[in-house]
Amino acid sequence: MDALLSLQNLKKYYATQKAVDDISFDIERGSIFGLLGPNGAGKTTLLRMITGIFYPDSGHILLDGATFNPMVDIEKIGYMPEERGMYKKMKIGEQALYLAQLKGMSKAEATEKIKYWFKKFEMESWWNKKVEDLSKGMSQKLQFVITVLHEPKLIILDEPFSGLDPLNANLIKDEIYALAKKGSTIIFSTHRMEQVEEICDHIVLVNLGKKILDGSVAGIKQQFKENNFSIEIKAGAGLTSNSIFTIINETNSKYLIKINEGHSVNNVLQYIIEQKIELIGFNEVLPSLNEIFIKLVEGTHAGARAFQNI
Amino acid sequence: MNKTWLIIQREYSSRVKNKRFLILTFLTPLLIVGLIAASAYFSITGVEFRKIAVIDPNGFIKTSLKNTNQISFSFPEKVDTTNYVEKGYTDILILPQFEKGKKSDYVLRSKKSMGLMLQESISNRINSAIEDQMLQDAGIQQNMLDSIHKASQVAELKAYEDKGSSSKESNAGLAMGIGYASGLLIYMTMFIYGAMVMRGVMEEKTNRIAEVIISSVKPFELMMGKIIGIGAVGLTQFLLWIVLIISLTSAASGFLPADIQHQVTTLQQNNGQMAGGMMQASESAQKIYSLQHTISTANWPLIIACFIFYFIGGYLFYAALFAAVGSTVNEDPQDAQSLMFPITMPLIFSYIITNMVTQNPNTPIAFWASIIPFSSPMVMMARVAYGVPSAVSYWELGLSMLCLVGGFIFTTWLSGRIYRTGILLYGKKVTWKIMFKWAFKKA
Repeated sequence: MDALLSLQNLKKYYATQKAVDDISFDIERGSIFGLLGPNGAGKTTLLRMITGIFYPDSGHILLDGATFNPMVDIEKIGYMPEERGMYKKMKIGEQALYLAQLKGMSKAEATEKIKYWFKKFEMESWWNKKVEDLSKGMSQKLQFVITVLHEPKLIILDEPFSGLDPLNANLIKDEIYALAKKGSTIIFSTHRMEQVEEICDHIVLVNLGKKILDGSVAGIKQQFKENNFSIEIKAGAGLTSNSIFTIINETNSKYLIKINEGHSVNNVLQYIIEQKIELIGFNEVLPSLNEIFIKLVEGTHAGARAFQNI
Repeated sequence: MNKTWLIIQREYSSRVKNKRFLILTFLTPLLIVGLIAASAYFSITGVEFRKIAVIDPNGFIKTSLKNTNQISFSFPEKVDTTNYVEKGYTDILILPQFEKGKKSDYVLRSKKSMGLMLQESISNRINSAIEDQMLQDAGIQQNMLDSIHKASQVAELKAYEDKGSSSKESNAGLAMGIGYASGLLIYMTMFIYGAMVMRGVMEEKTNRIAEVIISSVKPFELMMGKIIGIGAVGLTQFLLWIVLIISLTSAASGFLPADIQHQVTTLQQNNGQMAGGMMQASESAQKIYSLQHTISTANWPLIIACFIFYFIGGYLFYAALFAAVGSTVNEDPQDAQSLMFPITMPLIFSYIITNMVTQNPNTPIAFWASIIPFSSPMVMMARVAYGVPSAVSYWELGLSMLCLVGGFIFTTWLSGRIYRTGILLYGKKVTWKIMFKWAFKKA
C-alpha cells in the first residue's frame, strides 16, 4: 500500500486524561479516509497532531514517507476545523487572499485560484462583502474554498457538511470526490455515519483515545455481519422460526432472519423449497456503520471521560 | 518570518484603514490644541472683576495702590459698610490708621466671597504700598524708588549644569513638564495599545479563526505578528500627532502680528538682547522668546531617542502580557477584567511613582523604579528629562535599558507559552495558577 500519511504509536496525554493513547494507522494516497469516534474520543487531538498544531508526546508521523516536519509540511495540508471562523469585519476576498498567503502562496497565484473557485461556486459577487453579511452555510462554503485553495496533498475536513443544505452539501461532496480523483488524500471526520458509508473508502474508529476499528468500509461490514438475511415470500404463506434460522422481524411477508450456528444459506433455501413456499427475494443484510458504531461505543462511558482521572 | 510579516501587514492595515483610527488621529491634536486655547481664553475673560471701595485714613495709599485688569481700587467719599453695594462696589476695604512698629489688621468685606489668589494679590499690593511709604518716610525720593523697582526686576534665577569644562543652562520646570508628559504618554499607550492587543487576541479566539491560522503558522508567529502590527499602528499615530502638532503650532504663530514676529527673530539672533539702537522689545515678544529659549534648553535628541526606546520596550513588555491574558479568555469579557488586574496594578503603581519622580528625580525609589522593567519605561523617562548624566548617570540608563530588553524577552517567552495553550482551549475558566502551570510545564 502506498501510504501518504502514516501514524506510528502516537501518544498525547493531558493532565487529566489520555487524549490519544498509542494510535497507529496508515492512510492510502488518493483515498477518502473516515476518522470516526464519539465526542471526546480524541479525534480533534489526533487531527491537531497531524496538522502540526500539537506535538505528540511520543510516536512518529510520516508524511510522504518522510518524518513530518510542521515547519515545511504545513503547506501540504489543508485543515478545516470543526470550530471554524473568520475575521468578521474583513472583506471576503482579502480574507481568502490573506489565508492563502499564510499557506505560502504568492499573491498573484492566490488571486488566480480564488477567482477560479469563487466562479465555480458562484461566489464572485462576494469579493467585497464582509463575512458578517454571510449566512452560516455561505461561510461554510467559503471555508471549504479556503481549505482547498492551495491544492494540499492532504485535506482534513472536520464535519464539513454541518449547517449545509442538501444542494450545497452535494456541491461540496462532488468536489471532495473530484479532489480525491486528482490525487489528494482526504481525511474526513464526522459523527454522521450515513455520510461515511457513502463517501469513505477506509475508516478508523477511535474511542477513549484508542483505535478500536480499522479497515475498508466493505470489509468492516463483512467483519461485523451477523448472518442476517431478508426474505420476501409470496403473500399468504407463513414462515416460523426453526432449527435452521430464527425470525427477528416480520412485516407483510418480509422477514428478517438470523441463520443459526452450524447452518448455511443453502440450508435455508432448501428448507423454504421443501416447505413449498414461493420465494420472491433473498438478500444478505449487512449491519450499517451506525449499528457497528453504537455497538462498539455503547457502554464505554465515552461521554463522561472528560471528567475522569486516569 | 515571511508569514509573520504577512500577519503584521494585516494587523497594521486593517487598523490604519479603519475610519475610527483616522478620526481619532486627526481629532486628538485638534482637541488638545482646542482645550489649551479654550482654557487660555477663559483664564483671560472668565475672571470676575472686582470694584473695591477703599476707606483709608492715612491718605498715602491712594498714590501707590495700582489698578489691575481684575481689580480697580477707588477712594470714594461717603461710602461705608452699609451702602457700598448700592453705590456699585463689590467689596469694601477698611484700613486702620497705621502706626510705626505696631501690627494692625485691615478688613475686607464683600457680598461674594473672594478667591484665595485675589486676596493674596490685594494683600501684596497694600503691603508694598506701605513699604513704599515707609521708604519715602525714610527719605527716599519717589523717582528714585521707581528706578529701584525697575532695576530690581532684571535679575532672574538661572540654574546651570556643570559638565566638566562647559556648563549648560537647565530648567527644572521644563524637565518636570517633559518628564510628566512623556510618562503620561507612555502610561496611556500601554493601556490603549495593550488593551488593543488583548481584544485582538480575544477576537481571534472567540471567532474561532485561531485554529485555522494556527494550522498555517506557529502560535508564536501569530502572537508576535499581532503585537508588532499594533505597535506599528501606535508609532504611526504618534508620528502623525507630532507632525500635526508642529504644523498646528507653526500655523498658530503665523497669526502673531508681524512686528512681534520680527522682534522675536531679533531676540533669537542676538541671544536675548535687542540690537543696539532699536526700540525695547514688547512684553509679548519677550514672553514668546523666553518660552522658545526655555524649550531649547532641553536635550531634545536624547529625550526623543529615549522616548522611542522606552515606548517600544515598554509596549513590548506589557503587550505580551496582555496577549497572554487575551488568549485565556472565553466568551465572557468579565474574565478579562479580573485577569487583567495583575497587569494593570503595576501600571497604575508606576504612574504614581512617576508623578513623585517628576519632582524629585534622585530618590532611592526613583532609582529602583527606573531599573525594574515593570515601571522603568515611565519612571526613567521622568528622570531622563532632568538630564543625562547630571540626574541619571550613563550606567543607570544602560542598566535600565538592558533590564527592559531582558524583561520584554522574558514576558514574550512566557506569554508565548501561555498563548500557545490558551488560544485553542475553550470552555475552561483559566486562573493565574493554571496560566503559570502552562508557562512552566516542559515542552
